[in-house]
Amino acid sequence: MTRLLPLALLVVLALLPLGLKDPYLLNALITTGIFTIGAMSLNLLLGYTGQLSLGHIAFFGIGAYVSALTSLGFDVGLPFGLRVTHEGWPPAAGFLLAVLIAGLCGYVVGRLSFRVRGAYFVIVTISFAEVVRLVALNWIELTQGPLALTSIPFMTLGLPGLGEMTFRTKIQNYYLVLGVATLSYLLIARLVGSRFGRAMRGLKENEPLALSVGVDATRTLTIAATVSAAMAGAAGSLYAHYIRIIDPDVFLFSYTVTMVIMVVAGGKGTLVGPVIGGLIFGLLPVALRPVMAPEAQWIVYGATLIVILFVMPRGIAPALAALGLPKRAPAAPKPEPARASS
Amino acid sequence: MSAAPILRIDHVGVRFGGLVAIADLHFDVAEGEIVSLIGPNGAGKTTAFNVMTGFLKPSQGRVLFKGEYLSRLKPHEISRAGLARTFQRTSVFAADTVFDNVLIGLHRHAEPPLLDRVVPARRRADEARLRARAREILELVGLASRADELAGSLAYGEQRLVGVALALATEPTMLLLDEPVSGMNASETQVFVRLIRRVRDEGVTILLVEHDMPMVMEVSDRIVCLNYGRLIAEGAPAAIRADPAVIEAYLGKGGAARELAAEVQG
Repeated sequence: MTRLLPLALLVVLALLPLGLKDPYLLNALITTGIFTIGAMSLNLLLGYTGQLSLGHIAFFGIGAYVSALTSLGFDVGLPFGLRVTHEGWPPAAGFLLAVLIAGLCGYVVGRLSFRVRGAYFVIVTISFAEVVRLVALNWIELTQGPLALTSIPFMTLGLPGLGEMTFRTKIQNYYLVLGVATLSYLLIARLVGSRFGRAMRGLKENEPLALSVGVDATRTLTIAATVSAAMAGAAGSLYAHYIRIIDPDVFLFSYTVTMVIMVVAGGKGTLVGPVIGGLIFGLLPVALRPVMAPEAQWIVYGATLIVILFVMPRGIAPALAALGLPKRAPAAPKPEPARASS
Repeated sequence: MSAAPILRIDHVGVRFGGLVAIADLHFDVAEGEIVSLIGPNGAGKTTAFNVMTGFLKPSQGRVLFKGEYLSRLKPHEISRAGLARTFQRTSVFAADTVFDNVLIGLHRHAEPPLLDRVVPARRRADEARLRARAREILELVGLASRADELAGSLAYGEQRLVGVALALATEPTMLLLDEPVSGMNASETQVFVRLIRRVRDEGVTILLVEHDMPMVMEVSDRIVCLNYGRLIAEGAPAAIRADPAVIEAYLGKGGAARELAAEVQG
């Protein structure tokens, strides 16, 4: 039963572009998909370990900048007369580096803050995001600061036997994002169902008891933070090569809040929760735009969130599971926003 | 005690500010023994457990387990060294089923090489082994019929069994049980006594904190009695039962108390 819901969702999402030619909607679906990957990565931490990363967008932004700079190339002076010159590499290499470097940042932040955990981790992540934003804003030689990195190349992928594929059109990017999202979903599902996932759950539910059965808290949380950050970095890389222009605003706190909303409303600590939450809160603004004034849109957005959490305090996915109708339910929340706007 | 001590509490003291929770506690547990730690409420029994399992650092003294110095190790490292514990207050992963509780406890059981975790067929085989082991443990503690229920919804006595199952999942060489039979009725306690003996017969040394005196007298090879953080008596159950210091600790001084004690022993 639990396998049918995500599978049905995947089929619907895979078939959706066939009947949807509106580029504006397709664009909304792509950015929603990218942020849904971010929400899934946040859920690994927030939902499965209970640690709230309020600077999660930092890993996303680092992924975006690393990927953009790797593919664009750069030439910067460092102290002591050193100079680093980098010729542009293929965007696929940028994607891999984005994953690695964002993951490394997640490791360092986790290592530094998980000895104490809880509120301390929240503060470290917020500060980290702010520091990274300031670096992106002020290291103009590298990042162009507020002038933004522009003309970021399209994502290209060298496939053995098929030659090189460039993700130029919206449809192509849609399937690229769907592919990465599916892989992320499977990775999280695998991780959560493993011995490691059990250690993680034990730690969240009852820390002293988990310690007493040999769970290494610092190590477990650090691994979760590393994987989570790497996944957010992957989403950032997709964003950079799709939007093709990034500036320090990718580090804005409000993006983190959006991801937290997606996770909490969808159902934290569930696999499909962030997907459902991501689709609803990614597409809701798009659905509302044609039917009401901007100030009313955000009121409805907030009201929707409040109603969801009031009626389903643990989120949508657990509420659906409790209904015992996980098969019929997923279709309902998803097409609704799309229909309203087309 | 002919065998070498598996656990040595070496002049351990714990102070919280000015409060002395344990003052210079010293005793050994030999391999294969069942030893009980008794004493009135607040005597320092649970504090002693917390020191042994790394949840508290002693202010003085040290704990040796299999000749190894434990005081620098963290709780999870002590568990991995083979010293497992249960908790006094019901301590289970309440939102998970009993079966999943044991699986969490088994998260390090016979850890497979990396290849076995990646190749799907081998991963499934490993998972099947874990599940089989979880069923064995539930069978042993007598919770097989409760496997699919949420641990938090069980009666207190059964939750304690879940705690024991979790501790056994780590394959300990020594088990510390903190008031395991509180919340159990007489017949459940009898079943539990048989379980403890069986676990011991499989080679696990047991140290027990318990208030249920008939149970303690029945199951223990030896008893250590604390009061106000001090060791006041140590010996075989029969000797402890008659020890004036123990009777005084539990019942106070005076003729009436002695009469009551005689009655209890009767």
